[in-house]
Amino acid sequence: MTSPLEQKKIRIAGPSIVTANRTWDGAVIYRTAGRGWSPELSNAAIVRTSDDARALLAESVADDVGAVGAYIAPVEITDNGRIEPGNLREQIRRSGVTIGLLVQA
Amino acid sequence: MYAYDEIDRTLVNERVAEFRDQVKRRLSGELTEDEFKMLRLQNGVYLQLHAYMFRVAIPYGTLSSRQLRRLAHVARRYDRGYGHFTTRQNIQFNWIKLAELPDALADLAEVGIHAMQTSGNNTRNVTSDQWAGVAPGEIEDPRIWSEILRQYTTLHPEFSFLPRKFKFAITASAHDRAAIKIHDIGLRLHKNEAGETGFEVLVGGGLGRTPFIGKTIKPFVHGCDLLSYVEAIMRVYNQYGRRDNIYKARIKILVHELGIEKFAAEVEEEWQQMRDGSLKLDEEVVEDIRSRFSYPAYEKLPHMPDELRKAAQDPKFEAWRTNSVFPHKVQGYAITAISLKPVGGPPGDATADQMDALADLADKYSFGEIRVGHEQNLALPHVARRDLPALWKALDKIGLATPNVNLVSDIIACPGLDYCSLANARSIPIAQELTRRFANHDTANLIGRLHINISGCINACGHHHVGHIGILGVEKNGEEFYQITIGGRADEQAELGTLIGPAVKYGEVADVIEDIVEAYLALRARPDELFVDTVKRLGVEPFRERVYATR
Repeated sequence: MTSPLEQKKIRIAGPSIVTANRTWDGAVIYRTAGRGWSPELSNAAIVRTSDDARALLAESVADDVGAVGAYIAPVEITDNGRIEPGNLREQIRRSGVTIGLLVQA
Repeated sequence: MYAYDEIDRTLVNERVAEFRDQVKRRLSGELTEDEFKMLRLQNGVYLQLHAYMFRVAIPYGTLSSRQLRRLAHVARRYDRGYGHFTTRQNIQFNWIKLAELPDALADLAEVGIHAMQTSGNNTRNVTSDQWAGVAPGEIEDPRIWSEILRQYTTLHPEFSFLPRKFKFAITASAHDRAAIKIHDIGLRLHKNEAGETGFEVLVGGGLGRTPFIGKTIKPFVHGCDLLSYVEAIMRVYNQYGRRDNIYKARIKILVHELGIEKFAAEVEEEWQQMRDGSLKLDEEVVEDIRSRFSYPAYEKLPHMPDELRKAAQDPKFEAWRTNSVFPHKVQGYAITAISLKPVGGPPGDATADQMDALADLADKYSFGEIRVGHEQNLALPHVARRDLPALWKALDKIGLATPNVNLVSDIIACPGLDYCSLANARSIPIAQELTRRFANHDTANLIGRLHINISGCINACGHHHVGHIGILGVEKNGEEFYQITIGGRADEQAELGTLIGPAVKYGEVADVIEDIVEAYLALRARPDELFVDTVKRLGVEPFRERVYATR
């Protein structure tokens, strides 16, 4: 996972969000425009410039009690405005494992 | 089984109390994540894609039925009803909540299980042969020495902040089931020309980004000198090992850069100053540890009881027996391997219900003992041969009688991108597809022994470098690709595999593996020439040609 520190140098190439894991249970969460966190990607704040991305990340990292490991991740915006993960890793984080399990997850 | 004493129990309980306080302070904000990270890692807690992952140690792969039931309880109470057995005799739970971790640790501590030495830059869980103490021809039970090393290394202040993690493995059999040559220190119990028992010491093995096979640093070290010699190695490593670059910090890099002769000379100099000091092991100490391992009261039983003769008429039973039942040091008994590689299943996973049921079967048929192997399978180490038919029926009912041990579908795989924050590509679905392709038992038997290992990134938790066929997931422009190596092996003849050509796409991997296997069947000199021996005889070229001629 690319650490937030390393991401200071990163320029985003398209719409992006900030995601992390919730501290108390590790659940996947997304930074919202209201300076909070949501387990739903649809509630994530979208940033479109590198400056905005870095600002959103800085604000997210500052919430060390609520979230851990915050980083910028790419997303795709569909024609009807839905937010979709921008890569397989984020798709798996949102939707869960891609494999058949021995027990129902 | 090894019986913990009061010191062990106190240590484990104090550790739980300490971690409970650390978690409380983390959740209140008193500790930042930067401050807390090392503390959680020292208790086996990682942060993965979906949640925290909790890695629990199973020292030298030995579990009691009571302990296995407790692992089932943790899977059910704190996780999602299953656990994943790893390639280093640990079990991982994938969905643990940080707030509940102290309770899970406390529940485990009641049965003498903990998560110390499962993470961090310290000495890790000491692993051994999963057939230790029951394998025919074994020099002696290597777990005695594993336990001595476990006690010596656990929370050792000098070795709790090493340049990088540090792994030991020990075997006492001619056939190495503990993969000692790919460990930082590998130990092989053997007898010298005078008939004395001691250790061949290997150093500098390891996989990951820069793989090396371990080199013999000293052909024979007496048991009484084991700790002082090992400490001399670790002191040289601690002094010279690089701390400026995480990728060059393992002892294998130091051994490679200094050269084994120079490294050995440094160790020898260090050792000579301390070998007769406080680390010299008294026989009394060794005997005390030895005395706390209990062995079953075996009966005198026939090798071929009527129950077994009768059951041999059932081809399904025979398929399982010939695949999964292995000779035991005591006549009338057998070691039974339990495959955790069902067709279409995630390698190494077991449900809480399976763990509970297997614990019951261990009580009924194996003196309450279970073993965990680095191949991500389990074993019942003391089964009376007369009980094999009944055991097989019971295992079959709970989905644990897949007769594919050491065959092409007995795949070692890391969690990969489905779980792991370090992974570049998925491992488990590749393994699942391959188990479907090679589900036919007759075909698998025709192919014979063939180990496929899959890693989802260069960190190589799936040991792909030493798979007969190794599969490494990489990412190219956001897409999963896989590099294929062949000819690796992890046993006493350990070798690193050779890359056969350019990486292939996710959807092509299973076809490529089928091509490689078909090429082997056509090329092997005789039906009992193993895949890995055919590769050694012919090199990779014929396989490369077969795979890439049409791609």
